[in-house]
Amino acid sequence: MEITLKINGVEKKLNVEPRTLLAHAIRDAGLTGTHIGCDSSSCGVCTVVLDGKTAVKSCTMFAVMAEGHEITTIEGMAQGGKLHPLQQAFYDQHGLQCGYCTPGMIMAAHVLLQHNPNPTEEEIRFGLSGNLCRCTGYQNIVKAVQQAAQMLQQPAGAAADD
Amino acid sequence: MIPAAFEYKRPMSLEEAISHLAEHGYDARVLAGGQSLIPAMRYRLAQPSVLVDINKLPNLGYLHEENGMLRIGALVRDTDVEFNKNIQSKYHLISDVSMVVADPIVRFRGTVVGSLCHNDPSGDWAAAAIAARAQMVIQGKNGSRVESIDQFLVDSFATSIGEGEMAVEARFPTPNSLTSGAYEKIERKVGDYATAAAAVQIELNPDGTIKEAGIGITAVAHMALRVVEGENLLRGQKPTLELIRAAAEEVRKIADPNPDARGSAEYKKDMARVLVGRGLIKALRRLNVVVA
Ligand SMILES: Cc1cc2nc3c(=O)[nH]c(=O)nc-3n(C[C@H](O)[C@H](O)[C@H](O)COP(=O)(O)OP(=O)(O)OC[C@H]3O[C@@H](n4cnc5c(N)ncnc54)[C@H](O)[C@@H]3O)c2cc1C
Ligand code: FES
Ligand code: FES
Repeated sequence: MEITLKINGVEKKLNVEPRTLLAHAIRDAGLTGTHIGCDSSSCGVCTVVLDGKTAVKSCTMFAVMAEGHEITTIEGMAQGGKLHPLQQAFYDQHGLQCGYCTPGMIMAAHVLLQHNPNPTEEEIRFGLSGNLCRCTGYQNIVKAVQQAAQMLQQPAGAAADD
Repeated sequence: MIPAAFEYKRPMSLEEAISHLAEHGYDARVLAGGQSLIPAMRYRLAQPSVLVDINKLPNLGYLHEENGMLRIGALVRDTDVEFNKNIQSKYHLISDVSMVVADPIVRFRGTVVGSLCHNDPSGDWAAAAIAARAQMVIQGKNGSRVESIDQFLVDSFATSIGEGEMAVEARFPTPNSLTSGAYEKIERKVGDYATAAAAVQIELNPDGTIKEAGIGITAVAHMALRVVEGENLLRGQKPTLELIRAAAEEVRKIADPNPDARGSAEYKKDMARVLVGRGLIKALRRLNVVVA
């Protein structure tokens, strides 16, 4: 069946079976930044943002359920050729090793920071506890989210020439 | 893994949803958050031929107090409960549970009502609903009925929902100022089902004796269970450490866990006992009662 949804602000029509998982539909649409890691809904690497405010495991949602909704993936984070503060912070803090978990971490952190713009270290660890990093680089992931939180709280423009 | 093919229905009204369910009977399954059903379908543990997606139904996302009950509509997600300030301050048991079900991402999709309908033998909400004496509202073609949680939870993965019916609401009694509760869960890691877990709720009389007690345990039997004898021991008594020990000991008489990677049967059984004790002590402490 044909479904219409917005991915990263662009309206898309996708042809899917009812059983097609959102993760597969997104990747088949050419957006391969969203990874698939575990096949058991456990690892969170497939995390995308639904309607701006909620994080979902795209391997645990049928694409048909996203009809009429707005999905944001890692490809939608950078704006105008400039990395999103979360991406910049992961880069600055070495918040990745192999990078496989990174898109899911960033999307989950993006939602976390919307609900809690100034989280403590403990709150970051709690909020990201559904996302596994097989390289176990959690220390720097937490630091990256802390940096991003600071950057996002600075008035627009102030962060630019930092 | 890819689920088996199915026919997808996306009703836009409750009546339409019920009529799909009535037409397809037990071949049809309700699709709520999908956080239990979709994994089960991917493992081909479930192969429903029709899915009725209720996510677009209007007016099922409510979460409010009315007539002494917290009413949780069928589309209320775990995170709606987790982030709710009123629940955090007043519904101690529910608030505790909402922070340890699954993992934070799963909680954005999973629903409280869906979890109760799933009635997983290790489900967290079932134990809480037992301890808090919740009720379920079930809708069919000819109207709705209200059932106690004890009537509703029938067996592992089975409820009293009949053919052509769905659950529309869970109701939790609003705790008064002399009521508190707690949820104690042992898990190997975030996102794992409990090794053992206990939900408790206590209401005190003004004189400090226990007016009503609720104890639910999960992951240690074929389904979540009420520890009836433990509740009976507590009721009417002044809370003491000795009394709590005796009530918790009742767990061992009904828990019948399966040994698995999470632990031996004996370990789980004893942990369920310990967790009931801890939960009771925590609930009482929240009421400023320190037991000795
Ligand atoms: C990684 C992971 C870890 C998890 N860990 C835990 C855990 O620690 N503890 C725990 O309790 N749960 C856990 N879960 C399960 C999760 O909490 C589910 O969200 C919940 O069990 C089901 O809610 P749902 O809305 O997603 O229901 P769905 O998956 O949509 O449905 C589950 C079942 O209930 C039926 N159903 C749903 N809603 C209704 C309704 N309104 N009327 C009639 N039938 C209905 C469906 O037909 C289906 O049979 C975990 C899930 C995952 C993916
Ligand atoms: S691939 Fe979706 S949770 Fe692991
Ligand atoms: S960086 Fe390798 S999995 Fe996280």
